[in-house]
Amino acid sequence: MTMTDTTNQAPLLTVRNLRVTAGSNALVKGINFEIFPKEIFALVGESGSGKSLTSLSIMRLLPEALTISHGEINFKDTKLFTLTETQMNTVRGRKIAMIFQEPQTSLNPVQTIGAQLKEVLELHQNIQGNALQAKLVSLLDEVGIPDPEARLKWYPHQLSGGQKQRVMIAMALACEPDLLIADEPTTALDVTIQRQILELLDKLRRDRNLGVLLITHDMGVVSEMADRVAVMQYGEILEQTDCKSFFANPQHEYSQRLINSLPDTKHFIQGEDAETILTVDDLKIWFPKKSGILQKTVGHTKAVDGVSFSVEKGKTLAIVGESGSGKTTTGKAILRLNPIHDGSIKFNGKELVGLSHKQFHPYRRDIQVIFQDPFSSMNPRMTVREIIEEGMVSLGVEPDADKREGKMRALLERVGMLPEHLDRFPHEFSGGQRQRIAIARALAVDPKLIICDEPTSALDVSIRGQVLDLLNDLQKETGVSLLFITHDLSIIPHLAHNVAVMKNGVIVEQGTTQDVMESPQHPYTQALLQAVPKIQTV
Amino acid sequence: MILPVVLWSDILIFALAIAVGLFVWQVRKNPLAKARWRTVFENKVGVTSFVIILFYVLISLVDSLHFREPLPQLEGENASDKVAYSSEVKSVLDLVLVNLEEGAETTYSAPFALYSFAKENMTAEDGTVYRDFPRLENGGSHLADEADHLWDIFGKSIQAILVGLIIGFIPVALHMWLRKRAGNTEDYIPWNVAYGTFIALVVISTWILMVSEYYHILGTDKVGQDVLYQSIKAIRTGVLIGTLATLVTLPIAIVLGISAGYFKGWVDDTVQFIYTTLSSIPGILLIAASVLLIDVYIETNPEAFNLTILRSDFKFIALCAILGLISWTTLCRLLRAETLKVSQLDYVQAAHAFGVSHSGVIRKHILPNVTHIILISVVLDFSAFVLAEAVLSYIGVGVDPNMHSWGNMINAARSELSRDPSVWWSVTSAFILMFTLVLAANLFSDEVRNAFDPRTAKGN
Amino acid sequence: MARVHLGDKHVTQEDIDNWKSQRGYDKPLFVNSERSGLDVVTDTIFFDKSIRLLAFDFGKSDEGRSIANDIEERMWPSLALQIPTFIIGIMVNICFALIIVMFRASLFEFAALTLCVGMLSISAVFYIIGGQFFFSKLWNLVPISGYLTGWDAIQFLILPIIIGVIAGVGAGTRLYRTIFIEEASKDYMRTARAKGVSELNILFKHLLPNGMIPILTSVVVVIPTLFMGSLLMESFFGIPGLGSYTLDAIQAQDFAIVRSMVFLGAVLYIIGLLLTDISYTLVDPRVKLS
Repeated sequence: MTMTDTTNQAPLLTVRNLRVTAGSNALVKGINFEIFPKEIFALVGESGSGKSLTSLSIMRLLPEALTISHGEINFKDTKLFTLTETQMNTVRGRKIAMIFQEPQTSLNPVQTIGAQLKEVLELHQNIQGNALQAKLVSLLDEVGIPDPEARLKWYPHQLSGGQKQRVMIAMALACEPDLLIADEPTTALDVTIQRQILELLDKLRRDRNLGVLLITHDMGVVSEMADRVAVMQYGEILEQTDCKSFFANPQHEYSQRLINSLPDTKHFIQGEDAETILTVDDLKIWFPKKSGILQKTVGHTKAVDGVSFSVEKGKTLAIVGESGSGKTTTGKAILRLNPIHDGSIKFNGKELVGLSHKQFHPYRRDIQVIFQDPFSSMNPRMTVREIIEEGMVSLGVEPDADKREGKMRALLERVGMLPEHLDRFPHEFSGGQRQRIAIARALAVDPKLIICDEPTSALDVSIRGQVLDLLNDLQKETGVSLLFITHDLSIIPHLAHNVAVMKNGVIVEQGTTQDVMESPQHPYTQALLQAVPKIQTV
Repeated sequence: MILPVVLWSDILIFALAIAVGLFVWQVRKNPLAKARWRTVFENKVGVTSFVIILFYVLISLVDSLHFREPLPQLEGENASDKVAYSSEVKSVLDLVLVNLEEGAETTYSAPFALYSFAKENMTAEDGTVYRDFPRLENGGSHLADEADHLWDIFGKSIQAILVGLIIGFIPVALHMWLRKRAGNTEDYIPWNVAYGTFIALVVISTWILMVSEYYHILGTDKVGQDVLYQSIKAIRTGVLIGTLATLVTLPIAIVLGISAGYFKGWVDDTVQFIYTTLSSIPGILLIAASVLLIDVYIETNPEAFNLTILRSDFKFIALCAILGLISWTTLCRLLRAETLKVSQLDYVQAAHAFGVSHSGVIRKHILPNVTHIILISVVLDFSAFVLAEAVLSYIGVGVDPNMHSWGNMINAARSELSRDPSVWWSVTSAFILMFTLVLAANLFSDEVRNAFDPRTAKGN
Repeated sequence: MARVHLGDKHVTQEDIDNWKSQRGYDKPLFVNSERSGLDVVTDTIFFDKSIRLLAFDFGKSDEGRSIANDIEERMWPSLALQIPTFIIGIMVNICFALIIVMFRASLFEFAALTLCVGMLSISAVFYIIGGQFFFSKLWNLVPISGYLTGWDAIQFLILPIIIGVIAGVGAGTRLYRTIFIEEASKDYMRTARAKGVSELNILFKHLLPNGMIPILTSVVVVIPTLFMGSLLMESFFGIPGLGSYTLDAIQAQDFAIVRSMVFLGAVLYIIGLLLTDISYTLVDPRVKLS
């Protein structure tokens, strides 16, 4: 992606001393930046940095509880904060447009795509009749929606996530704005779709002379897309420069941390041969589709359609796939949280499928789980002690209360927390800390295999590495095996000895991590590897 | 020596009070629940409505201590002979309201009136008979000069208000002093508002009690009974219906709703079938049918109900039970929906993965998450039942006509209004007292909902 | 039942037996062993009274009138009262709710919501009594109660309809407002604003259509039961509809009528449930009939 020459041009957008407060709390503490025409300006930060609030302030779409207490934003020659609401409505959608993170919920569910596109066109431009229809079709075509005439009559729920985001882009660009604000436009999308959307944005920027404010937390995306970048943390801009200089020589320690949070994809973890602890053979998880008054089963949704893999003692198998691939369903089935239609799961040689609820109970001690969302995986009403203890009590680990207490304290220390944290509640901790508690909870019952369901996806990028390192260390210490489910290929070399790639309920390729990543055989694996945004080495 | 009488409803109401006490004690142990309740009481509206509700409940409790007075000794009997007791059952509240209770008239009279509402045949000193409004026996009987009527009311009122203020200030001052001594820094409750409400209630009560010695503040009804007295006695009925009926709905709705949402499968289908069938039958008809059955039972067992009050009490409790039995479907539906949602949460799945038993999961994970729905439902149902009682009494399937209730008062008032000039004070009295209670309950439930709904609660 | 019907006069056992045999209550409850063949089960009270309902054969009331005829006659006044109350009530509630939503976080909203709470804390009975007192007695605008067929009925219906609407304003407005507020916080509203759509248009073109889905589905289920009439309204206002029909039957302990009305009520409720499912598919493009 080429850099744009931004010298000698008047800035499109100027933000000066912007301050946003919620009551007495300052969430954005006086920031300054400029965006020039035809450039992609990346605003990078993690959760709580204030980057989204900044973008909403430009559009004056802040929620009621927040106020812009200071500063000014100039768009070309207009001071945006001096405009009335009606005047601002002529700017929104017409001169500055915005697309959001969640395409699933950002479209009106009861209006057709055509109607929603028409709305913005009729609002700002004077087109009617055939010209209008032609414009609608060309818009959809430009963003890569196949069969545009027919799709105009479709409703949002009939489109996929990626297609919804394309429609959002079409709506945003319909009236040819000068500036597009894209607030984490690809975070909620699959990696392969993300690649397509980013390429689309780049193409549109060049075709239409568009300035883009790209908000993201992914350094790889910044490296590939942006011309200039600003790093935000806790409401302040720490560093602001052009991309080349930024990646060559990041000034601020936080920037360095962010860049380094991208995992090392060159070094692969090694391990010796070991016995198999878990063997999955031709596992099928089919959900019945019921219809009719008598609720007869008319067919099945084949979430997992015959997968086979194995996990060795003390080693990690990563299952990689995008949403809908069936990877989480597989993991949950091993834990008996999903019903199994057919196939076999053998743990240490013993068959698990077909066991009754009671017979499976002792195995629960050996097979444990860590969930993706650290906020919903722990009961907010229970103390940390009760949370960790729950499993120990119900599985009969350490019946003696004092020894149990001692064990919990040791565990907390091992995962990097303090023993006094036992008496606190989950909401008092950050996401990364909670995930550590979740790891402690899983370890408390001395499992032999832990199923990690995307444990780092919901964490901030700078924290992810720490949690992964922790898991790695624990594996070396205790010899626990890990079944690591993820969509992020880049973290695998560091962590997993073997990898299986899943798509649409089947495994398309598996083998040692080094083999699969350095010489992928299946076209899907190749597409996945190619889609991950990487830092460009110039 | 008085003979205490314990009615079934008395037992229930005190048991309820104890249960609420236990609940409060429980809440104090749980910091999250404590924080939520704090938000409720941080709010002025929450505090005011709570004080008012408390006041009503207090009146009901005092009205639930029943006894029978001994009849005076007849001549010729020894003191050691068996004492006969009056068949009239009174309560402690009656002692407090003695002014209101005993000063009965013969028939209607307007509020603060000196004269009866209906003309009667009276004999003049010279023996001629004429029809005129007779002077009331009790209301305003102390007044010598009728011209002083308004001044008299005014004067007595000022007297009463002053006394009330003094009486009200004493506990308030004591409390303030205690607080200061304890040096309570975390003062989140707007105590001033609480004090204000308390003093206002005390002043009103004192005014009622003192002025009623001289006048019928809200007039008298058809048989001459003081209207205000009836309305105050009806408080117990209203409060009891609200709470008892709610008490009956709770266990059924909770057990069925949570089971349906948690176990799904055939349990869910069965529960849905039950509540759909129950909902399809018009409620009023069910109530009417059940009440008739109760009547039949009472008639066939006259020995068990020798006192009038026992009979009406039994009918009353039965009515509360019936109301409860047909009203559980809404809460059940809500609980089922919420349980379905909560079961999907990660930490519930984690509990399954840890092999926690079903009862353990329900107790520790599901119940705490649906408590807010139960709480909101409880308070809302309370006011719904109080309102419903009025309607039911009209149809004739409400409480026994012998029992004081707002519904019965309204029922009687219907024809009164159409008289010319109209008798409006019965309805008004019932309206004011009922409205205050229901409004306070609704406002309080709004505060509870705001504090407990996960979407609006603070700290989420 | 017999005693009540025959009145409090001195009633002999013979009178009661006669009454019973006239109406078929002298037969055994479930199984008639004196008969043979199919009659063993059919010549019983249960079959006679209850099963026949399934064929919509309501039989006769204790007075000897045909219940089916009575129902047919009396449903029109009920409908004439219920349908306008229903439609006007919903429209008024939606309008008020929208207005309150427009003035979010303002003093007006607070006052309006407090008013709603106050209004729903008043029992329907008070509205009726108050309405009758002020409108009919004091100001003499409309007759207190009564009914005439045809267009003359309007003067008798105005007051009950108004009171019915007012009694429902508190709860209805608050409920719809909650639904609208819930929709207002959804993401697509933010998208609409980002497009530059004016607040008014956002309200009517985005909020309202989406908010109507939950509103409509909660409303449709009630429609069939409108037939049954309002027990309260009809008896207070002397309107000869199905509501007062049921009420009189309860007080007279005429179980034949009560049974028929219960059955009718249940059937209508089930129809209401079906209608709700159907309306879901019509209104929400995400739902398909399966």
